Formats: sequence, C-alpha cells, structure tokens
Amino acid sequence: MSQTPLLLSVDNLATHFFSQEGILEAVDGVSFDIHAGEALGIAGESGCGKSVTAQSILRIVPKNGKIVTGAINLFQNGDSVDLVQLDDRGQQIRQIRGGEIAMVFQEPMAAFSMVYTIGNQITEVIRLHQECSQNEARERAVEMLRRVGMPQPEQTIDAYPFALSGGMRQRAMIAMALSCHPALLIADEPTTAVDVTIQAQVLELMKDLQRDMGMALIVITHDLAVISELCDRVMIMYLGKDVESAPADVIFRDPKHPYTVGLLRSVPELGEGHTQELDPISGSVPSPYRRPTGCPFHPRCPEFIPDVCDVDLPPQIELAGGHRVRCHLYVQD
Amino acid sequence: MWSFILRRILLMVPTLMVVSVISFAIIEAPPGDFMDAYVNQLLQQQEAVDPAEIESLRKRYGLDAPTYVRYFRWLGNILQGNLGRSLEWNQPVGKLIADRLPWSMAISVASFLLAYALAIPIGLYSATRQYSIGDYLFTLIGFVGLATPNFLLALLILWYYFVATGNVAVGLFSDEYLVAPWSFAKFIDLLKHLWLPALVVGTAGTAGLIRVMRANLLDELERPYVMVARSKGLSEGKLLVKYPFRIAMNPVASTIGWTLPTLVNGELLASLVLGLPTIAPLFVGALLNQDMFLAGSVVMILSTLTLVGTLLSDIVLAWLDPRIRGAI
Repeated sequence: MSQTPLLLSVDNLATHFFSQEGILEAVDGVSFDIHAGEALGIAGESGCGKSVTAQSILRIVPKNGKIVTGAINLFQNGDSVDLVQLDDRGQQIRQIRGGEIAMVFQEPMAAFSMVYTIGNQITEVIRLHQECSQNEARERAVEMLRRVGMPQPEQTIDAYPFALSGGMRQRAMIAMALSCHPALLIADEPTTAVDVTIQAQVLELMKDLQRDMGMALIVITHDLAVISELCDRVMIMYLGKDVESAPADVIFRDPKHPYTVGLLRSVPELGEGHTQELDPISGSVPSPYRRPTGCPFHPRCPEFIPDVCDVDLPPQIELAGGHRVRCHLYVQD
Repeated sequence: MWSFILRRILLMVPTLMVVSVISFAIIEAPPGDFMDAYVNQLLQQQEAVDPAEIESLRKRYGLDAPTYVRYFRWLGNILQGNLGRSLEWNQPVGKLIADRLPWSMAISVASFLLAYALAIPIGLYSATRQYSIGDYLFTLIGFVGLATPNFLLALLILWYYFVATGNVAVGLFSDEYLVAPWSFAKFIDLLKHLWLPALVVGTAGTAGLIRVMRANLLDELERPYVMVARSKGLSEGKLLVKYPFRIAMNPVASTIGWTLPTLVNGELLASLVLGLPTIAPLFVGALLNQDMFLAGSVVMILSTLTLVGTLLSDIVLAWLDPRIRGAI
C-alpha cells in the first residue's frame, strides 16, 4: 500500500474542549497515516470529531479546545516535525498553514470575508508564503482561478464573495487553498453547502487537481458517496474514536465494524425502480458530555456483547490488507 | 462611491425641509409668544405696560401674521442666510450662534475623538482577552462611567482639580488669553482647558462604545472566516485588524451620526457647571423665554449637524463594507 513516502502521521490524537458544562472529548484517540499523493476520507455523523481532527492538524482548534495527548508528525525532505509541540501562534506553524497544509472549508459564504475581493484574499496567502510582487501574486491567483474553472478569472478576481454564486465561491475557496501548492489539502465538507449539480463538478475538480498536483488529500464528510468518488482509504469515526479504517474498495465491499455496516445500510440508493426500505441505525448519538463506557457505540450496536462491550474499550485490531477495526467481535484470544 | 455620496447629499434636502417644519412647529407649540413672556417680565419688575406699544412691537416682529406666513417668512430668511433677530438678546441670531457654535463643536469633536481613541483599543483588548483581569477592570470602569451623571463628574473633577492645583478649571481660556487674538499659544491654552469638558461629556459615550466594540468583536471572532484566515498562516495581529476588526467597526461607525447631536445635549449640564460659552445654555434660555428665532435656529442647526453626522457615518460605512455601497 505504501509506495509513496509517509507525509503525515497522526498518533493517538485527543482534542478536548473545556467549558462550563464539562469536558467535551471531541477527538479521543485517533490514529492514521497519510502518504504523499494519497486521498483519505474521514466519515462519520455530525459531532463525531471529524472537523476537530482537521483543525487539530492545522492547530486552529477554537480557543477553549486543547490537544491533550498525541502526536501529529509532518514529514518533509527527510525531516519530521511534531505539529502538536509547536506554538500555535508561532512562525513555524504559520509557515505550514496555507503553505504545506491548506484547508477548504465547509461554507464558502461564511469562509470568505465579505469586505474584501476574492483576489485580495487569494493574493494574501500567496504573498504570505511565496516571494513575489503584488502583480506576480495577482497573476498567480488568476492562473489558479482559471485552473479551478472560474469563468473570466481576470474579472472575477475583483469580485466580492457575495457577488458570486455558491459554486463559484467554492471554486474560489479551492483556488485559495491550492494557490501555494500544498503537500496536503484538507477539505472539510467541501460539497455540503453547494447544490447537487455543483457537488459533482466540485468533486471532479478536486480529483483532477489532486492527480495533477500530486498532493495528498483528506476529505472530511458525512456523505459516503463523496468518499467513494475521491478516496483511496477511508477512516470511519464515531464519538471521537476511529472505529474502522481500510482501503476504500474494501470498506464498501466488506465493512467489519457494526457502525460502518449500519452507516452503509442507511445510504439511500437511486434508480432501483422500487421504493427501497431504508435501514437506519437505531437510537441517536449520545451526548458527547456523557459518552458511554467501553465501546462508545455499544448502546446502539446490534451485535452488543453484554459485560464486554459496555466495560472495555475495544483495542484496534489489524486485519489483512491494511484493514483496521476497533471492535470486540474481532478480538482473537 | 462619488455617486453614492452625491445621492446621499441630495436626499438631505427634503429631509431638511421636513426638519424645518418640525422645528417651527416645536417653537410654536407652547401657548403665547415672546411678547407674552416680555409682558410677564415687565409686570414682575412692576413696570408699566402699554398695550399699544406691545401691539406695535408684535407687528414690527411680524408676530401677528398667521402661522404659515410666519413659517415661510422665517424659512425664506434662513435660505438667505438671515436667521432673524434674537428678541431676548436684541442681537442677530447668526452672531449669537456663530460666537458659541465653534466652542460647542470643539468640545463635541474633542470628546468624540477622546471617546473613539479610548473605546476602540480598550474594546479590542477586552474582546481578545475576554474574562481576563484587564477585561473585568475595563468593564467595571466602563459601567461606572456609564452610570455617572455628567454634571456629577464635572463637579468631582472641578473639586479635585481645585484641591490639587489651587486653580478653578472653569471656562475655555486662561484670563490672559480670553480676549487675546488667536495665536499658537492661545490654541495650546485652549487644549489645556478643553480636555476637562471633553472628558466630562465623552465619558458616557466612551463607556457605551467600549461595550459595543467588545460585543461586536467577540461575535466576529467566532466567525468561520477568522478560522480560514488563520488557516492561511496569517499572524494573529494582522488577522485581527484585517478581518474581524473591520467588520466590528461597522456598528461603531454608524454611531457617528447620532454622536454629534448627543454630545451637544450632553454638553448642557457640563457647560452650566463648568461655565462654558456654548450653544446648549443659550438654547435653554431661548426656549424658556420663547425667543423663537433663536430657538428655531438652534434646532435647525442641530438637525443639520445630525444629518451631516449621518452622512459621514454612511460614508465611513460604505468605505468599510462594500455590500453597503450599492444598497442606497
């Protein structure tokens, strides 16, 4: 599987939020590797810690959140740096943000500031990471907008974000993230806020760009279709835990964790010619402030083993072919 | 942008017309006229009142004409730059106001600048260090400032200044500069006296502005675009000023419009206590004596200032936020 060199290695990451209601363990022990040029999908329901995982990598977790344990190693030019150890306001992490690791955010309407033109906001990141004049930065921004399929990039660059359509804004957002040729692009729900027709275009665009620019990609989504479209590997998260990870074709064909099985069953399929009975996972996600003991999924799990699942946190089990699952069903004594 | 400003200026014309009608109506609202007040005054001083003389005076000042005639006569004169004659002071209204308006404006502008110069950095500090000791301290001082009446503050400062220096901090100039021609030294002397009324008049506004600034900025700091800007590798300081601060300034900028007239109101008690030659005491006297030309002119001028202030704040807003430029 690992033909290309390792780019980013997340090891036992835990990010908690501290508030008056208590401690919210948004991410609680997540590990994954990503190799250069690889596309990883992180999937799960809202609140499972997908976005916080991404924010932890860039060290932009909101102010009451804190990385409590774990390491995030970024490998570059034979060197490695643990992002968790960096000062989150320091020079080093700021060079990585936008330069080595860039992010595409969920809602392009809210992610752009409405008081500056998109050109202003794109050239800003170019000039931050590359030595060039204002004019050169502008040319590069136009070039990047052209590359993401923005119509009339020379004019659009001077448009304010509120004057663009949702799809155009998301293209501009992608152009902004890619403008410094990052080694890793994190896309947090890149298609959630755009129309279905635009979704397909955006996915196609991201796929092409990833291939052309040879960058690694982390796609965060609750939409499994997006993952099947884009990703080589998939990690499924539930309540801050990585419950299963595997190559994309394996997980869709042969899911192991009962949560993954349930997740795949609850996806409606189109064009079957008859109304299809959906099979939702029973119950709902428990309050993150009162997470269940043992396996976090046990209250909703159809394969629940009494006195095991509600007591012990299942270990991560390595199956064949890079398939990892965190479930008592696969523990072999 | 220029067409935006031009449109706004043209829109001011009908507004001013309406304002003039309302000003006139307000002056006319109390029963009686200046002559009645004058007669009362004479009676109180136990002087003989000759009804025929009063009638002729009434005629001379045009007080006997119907209301609408008097309105148009008044408006016509104003348009020609003639604000009429103050019945009480027996001087042209224009001169009375011209003597005092600059001082009112000086105090307004000084307290306005003071308020913004204090409120914006303090608001910025309080928002970025929410719930820190400094934030609590400024919040406390802010609320005390908001709750302290102007005149009380003026009295306290006067007393303290007297105890500390032995001087009475009254008026806008030291005695030696009072009638001296303008010079740099006189200007410096003015600044030395101006800080006190500016502080007294500006305190409440400053405290209010700090709250507005802090609340706005706290809201903006939570917005996704701040996280996006951070994800691009911008430093915290640059990011703060370029993104959330600029948006948080919007409501602050829109207060410019009503800050100008509020300061003129707020100035009244401070002016009385500090003995300042400003518009506000003149205005109150004019209202009490039904000196309508003077009172009406002051209302008109304050209204015009309000409109100019609103225009200024709209221009600043349009400059701050491109979404507003196309809206009007």
